[in-house]
Amino acid sequence: MMVSSRLSVVDVDLCVGCQSCMFACTRRFGEGGLSKSSIHVRSAGGFERGFVVIVCKACEDPPCARVCPTDALRLRIGGGVILRKEKCIGCGNCVKACVIGAVFWDDESNKPVICIHCGYCAKFCPYGVIKLETQEGGKA
Amino acid sequence: MSLEAIPSKILYIDLSSRSFWVKDRHELFQKYLGGAGVAIKLLHEEIKPNVDPLSADNVIVFTVGPLTGMYPLASKTVAMFKSPLTGNLGESHAGGRSAISIRMAGYGGIVIKGASDRPIYLAIHGDKVSFRDASTLWGMRSSYTVGRVLREFESGAGIRSIMRIGRAGERLVSYACVVTETYRHFGRLGLGAVWGSKRLKALVISGRRSIKPKDPKLYREVYNSIFDAVTKSPLMKKYHELGTSMNITPLNKLRALPTRNLKEAHFEDADKISGEAFAERFLGRRVACAHCPVSCIHLAILREPYVTEPYFYKTTMISYDYELIYALGSMLRLSSPEGLLKLIDEVEKEGLDAMSCGVALAWATEMLERGLITKDDLNGITLKWGDFDSYIRAVDQLVEQSTEFYKALAKGVEYASKRYGGEEFALSFGGNEMPGYHTGPAAHIGYLTGARHSHLDGAGYSIDEKSLASNVKLNVEQIVDSLIKEESWRQILSSLVICYFARGIYRPDMVVKALKPLGYDLNEEDLNRLGIEILREKYRFKFREGFDIKKLKLPKRVSETPSPSGQISPEFVMEGVNLYIKKLNLE
Ligand code: SF4
Ligand code: SF4
Ligand code: SF4
Repeated sequence: MMVSSRLSVVDVDLCVGCQSCMFACTRRFGEGGLSKSSIHVRSAGGFERGFVVIVCKACEDPPCARVCPTDALRLRIGGGVILRKEKCIGCGNCVKACVIGAVFWDDESNKPVICIHCGYCAKFCPYGVIKLETQEGGKA
Repeated sequence: MSLEAIPSKILYIDLSSRSFWVKDRHELFQKYLGGAGVAIKLLHEEIKPNVDPLSADNVIVFTVGPLTGMYPLASKTVAMFKSPLTGNLGESHAGGRSAISIRMAGYGGIVIKGASDRPIYLAIHGDKVSFRDASTLWGMRSSYTVGRVLREFESGAGIRSIMRIGRAGERLVSYACVVTETYRHFGRLGLGAVWGSKRLKALVISGRRSIKPKDPKLYREVYNSIFDAVTKSPLMKKYHELGTSMNITPLNKLRALPTRNLKEAHFEDADKISGEAFAERFLGRRVACAHCPVSCIHLAILREPYVTEPYFYKTTMISYDYELIYALGSMLRLSSPEGLLKLIDEVEKEGLDAMSCGVALAWATEMLERGLITKDDLNGITLKWGDFDSYIRAVDQLVEQSTEFYKALAKGVEYASKRYGGEEFALSFGGNEMPGYHTGPAAHIGYLTGARHSHLDGAGYSIDEKSLASNVKLNVEQIVDSLIKEESWRQILSSLVICYFARGIYRPDMVVKALKPLGYDLNEEDLNRLGIEILREKYRFKFREGFDIKKLKLPKRVSETPSPSGQISPEFVMEGVNLYIKKLNLE
């Protein structure tokens, strides 16, 4: 039986907009700041309305991969995609295909950044908004 | 593009010629870290002596620090300028997303010079700087609306800061503030009026860089230990749960909560407007500054029924804090929390410093009570302790400056009391209105000597509180020594733009550790030396601009109303002020 994991937003109403998760995601590469983050938190139209957490939903049949002309986005076990950097030509089609805006862009490499569902960010969310869930029998 | 861990770029903007340029000032950040340290150096460079604070010659400096974007709670932006309220050094700090946005756009600081001939706003998205017409935004009645318009119009949701002024800034009220992300402020000393005089309505800034530490492995290790300390510390928990308004109850018990223009230091209805009362009855949401897991920003929900429409409600979210509850609450003897929230909301919409505004209204109430002014001076409004409606109407008149009296009051209580009398109970400290701690002599020596004239300068209130708790009366020298020690360390914290709430975590050894992976090689002694040096730099600027101890005075009211440390002696306080300056050893 396959075991796979995916990041999920448990309760967005608990989010305080601290963005600790965003900084954690770039820090996976030993850097500060945000350019490599694949999770994004913004207000729902003013702080008073609360926040929206944007992160890859791990689609089973991901539109982002479908529009990639070079097959650089390989399907990930458990949903979502994994980027094969050497194949990516930086066309940006995937950005447009993901309607929830979960394909982010790293200007430095001119390539997309998409969540790999590692759960590093969740360790730094003090309020339990996001969680890494493991599931059995994930599909590839 | 990734940036180096030590910031270097300063964005210079000239509003007169609508031009901008970027300079590498690595040497400044290497030596003075960032924040307050770099800002005071830039101010010395940029402002010629004795300029008029409301002229095109005034300069606004914003700085962030090397820890911004790297570690949690390095989330403040330092603003320095010449203050229209005191005519001297103006320093004000704000959180929200301001600091992160400036750093992520690629800058360590921004310098704004000159003045525009018509309303303008600045949009800075990374390297792109645009000067945009703000005629439509000018005169808008609510600073919330300005934020909403810009939110729709500009890009960068989630990674931007939207700073703006309200009508108070446009109309040059000397204590107008700059609002950022609706609920945070560059509150004190009138930055909003300086923006208004430059016809600068707003500034939007965004960016999404990353930063390369010198030692990535060590960086992650240090990060984890700081994050752990922040999220597990009981110290931070209190800011999260009740927020700063938790102070109302203990300060009132102590009899240190200024009430009715400090006629008293105890408010009989404090339990109605305490942090506990607000949390239980009104708290609607907690939010955080960017890269701060604490989330101390408390938003209350106010639901008001329409009189004419059954089952129709106006729902407003209003942020509250200790200082607001003190200045607009106990000082005006407001015991209705709903009324207090409405007044806070009004002050927020207009873009005024809540503290100066509350003290000004309290002074005006006493002026009327004593017959030193009349209802006519107030354009028909009878200011009465506890009557929030009259205060809400007066805020509007104050911003409009509809009478000679309001015009004077818009310049602060010191100015107004020189013209109308009532100096004995005008709670002004070197031109700035009093913060909410009547704890004892250390607090008041701190208000008179501090560069920001804030209770956070040297934390005099906490020196008083400690001496009360341990029942040891400190002599003047001991007080001054602790004030200077604390204040010079705070120069380091504010150069690293660390939120003061995290001062218990960013202790000297932790700061040394945090700086190491970024490429700074400093030990605790170096930091202490630098702290004193930055403090002295500020004083050099103050003296250059005419700061004069002989002109400083402790308001008589302070020595009349007993503090928990007993009756405050003006001689003792002034001795402390003199000693403070002497010990700084400026020559
Ligand atoms: S990036 Fe968007 S489209 Fe692609 S798998 Fe994730 S959610 Fe689906
Ligand atoms: S799960 Fe991993 S890749 Fe996805 S947002 Fe979190 S840290 Fe980034
Ligand atoms: S770390 Fe958690 S609370 Fe903070 S922004 Fe991310 S999801 Fe929200």
